[in-house]
Amino acid sequence: MISANLAALLYLVAGILFILALRGLSSPATSRRGNMLGMIGMAIAILTTLAVTGPSDWLSWVLIVAGIAIGGLIGAFLARNVKMTQMPELVAGFHSLVGLAAVCVAAAALYAPTAFGIFENGRIRMESLIEMSLGVAIGAFTFTGSIIAFSKLSGRMSGKPILLPSRHAIHIVLGVVLVALIVTFVVTSEPIWFWIITIIALALGILMIIPIGGADMPVVISMLNSYSGWAAAGIGFTLGNTALIITGALVGSSGAILSYIMCRAMNRSFISVILGGFGAEEGSAGAAAEETRTVKQGAADDAAYLMKNASKVIIVPGYGMAVAQAQHAVREMADALKKNGVEVKYAIHPVAGRMPGHMNVLLAEANVPYDEVFELDDINSEFAQTDVAYVIGANDVTNPAAKTDKSSPIYGMPVLNVEDAGTVLFVKRGMAAGYAGVQNELFFRDNTMMLFGDAKKMTEQIVKALAG
Amino acid sequence: MIDPFVFQLSIFVLAIFVGYFVIWSVTPALHTPLMSVTNAISSVIVVGALLAVGAHLAADASIASKIFGFFALVLASVNIFGGFLVTQRMLGMYKKKG
Repeated sequence: MISANLAALLYLVAGILFILALRGLSSPATSRRGNMLGMIGMAIAILTTLAVTGPSDWLSWVLIVAGIAIGGLIGAFLARNVKMTQMPELVAGFHSLVGLAAVCVAAAALYAPTAFGIFENGRIRMESLIEMSLGVAIGAFTFTGSIIAFSKLSGRMSGKPILLPSRHAIHIVLGVVLVALIVTFVVTSEPIWFWIITIIALALGILMIIPIGGADMPVVISMLNSYSGWAAAGIGFTLGNTALIITGALVGSSGAILSYIMCRAMNRSFISVILGGFGAEEGSAGAAAEETRTVKQGAADDAAYLMKNASKVIIVPGYGMAVAQAQHAVREMADALKKNGVEVKYAIHPVAGRMPGHMNVLLAEANVPYDEVFELDDINSEFAQTDVAYVIGANDVTNPAAKTDKSSPIYGMPVLNVEDAGTVLFVKRGMAAGYAGVQNELFFRDNTMMLFGDAKKMTEQIVKALAG
Repeated sequence: MIDPFVFQLSIFVLAIFVGYFVIWSVTPALHTPLMSVTNAISSVIVVGALLAVGAHLAADASIASKIFGFFALVLASVNIFGGFLVTQRMLGMYKKKG
């Protein structure tokens, strides 16, 4: 047993270690040490809790050891075996677990208020009821919302927006009902209201996420990240635990900032993403007029010839590269080009892929050095001095219409200026429009050559042609 | 006497500001590890689970709270181990030229 004051200080230390863990991510060089500090912080928090509450009987100890062992084994197994292309769904899955854990902890507190020190004058303290109900509502919402995001990302559910009639009205009604229920629960402190709050929040999580389409997932996953933080903070207030409050605030603001960065990169407001369905609004389909213009088509040999004779090539990866698992072939192609004295760089749009930083992880997995990979703002001016831009699996983020065509749904979105390069090689399976349902102006430019085929196969053919 | 809630709220608000500045300094290349590590650290909610599981059954806990606590403990442990280890695995892949 240690004193409550010492415990509070140790929780503060854990909180600070978590801050340092995030701080470490400012550069890949310091990030691993940061992650270690995070682990130490977590160990301190767990040991402190055990030292303070000191489980009194052997059954409790058995349960604690078993719980950590079961969870730890599952977690370690997942961490070891997940493919890097599956990272978005893993993160969504983890978010759902945080949400469900928050619900369970709140429920545990409800049924054992004295153990949590929130019992006063024959009932649970009113502040605690408020914190608890907010924690459980956000936790339950995060749980089902993340499950839907997980299903969409892993392909268990169609990535297309599912639009229910009068869904906005349903959301608003449920939201109002939820607030009313929280008030009722706080006043009466009857457990039945707690469970009704949980059910409504679970339903709201499903209904709010199903209208949102696949390519908006970077925003959704960041938003759910943020909510999992606020849920943790809510529980932190109930427990009066500094480590949990600090962490909740950190994670909450992290997710919020990531959502903001993603929205800015799509030139969309947060509200419009949450309300659902890019291109699902009526009328925006008008741009899909019959296409009569022709495109220039090439083969792998042509692409290899062009790139071999270039002095600088920029590779622009997108979600299609992840789907085709083409990252290793891309790196082989870059290696072959570098052997020929060609300078190779990578340009990454913030919303390329299905989660923030998705492309960077895939390239890192394929052993692409991180100092060859550049963000939109850092590389956009270089396309003009580039001979070949190799676009693989990206579409809307390269559409020059976003800069010129005011009627386009993606007008105003920051895009990569690939059309400034001498030649644009565009790897694509067919002529289908991108996620936003807009035709890409780039295809019809004189300096664009379309390479029709699977991203991985096409790149492998180019590697072969470069070698031959 | 100032209510302890006010102290907690102060810590919360200050931590949001710390978070704001720290997160903006994270390089965009590491945004995916950022999400997985925030996942891991938000599982510090495990302290609540430990409290519930460890509470004495006869004195101040019910069967229900023990069960919920145990369930939360397993979920949070999946996240703690999974989150930190997968972050470590990803960060291990980021290499410099040469």
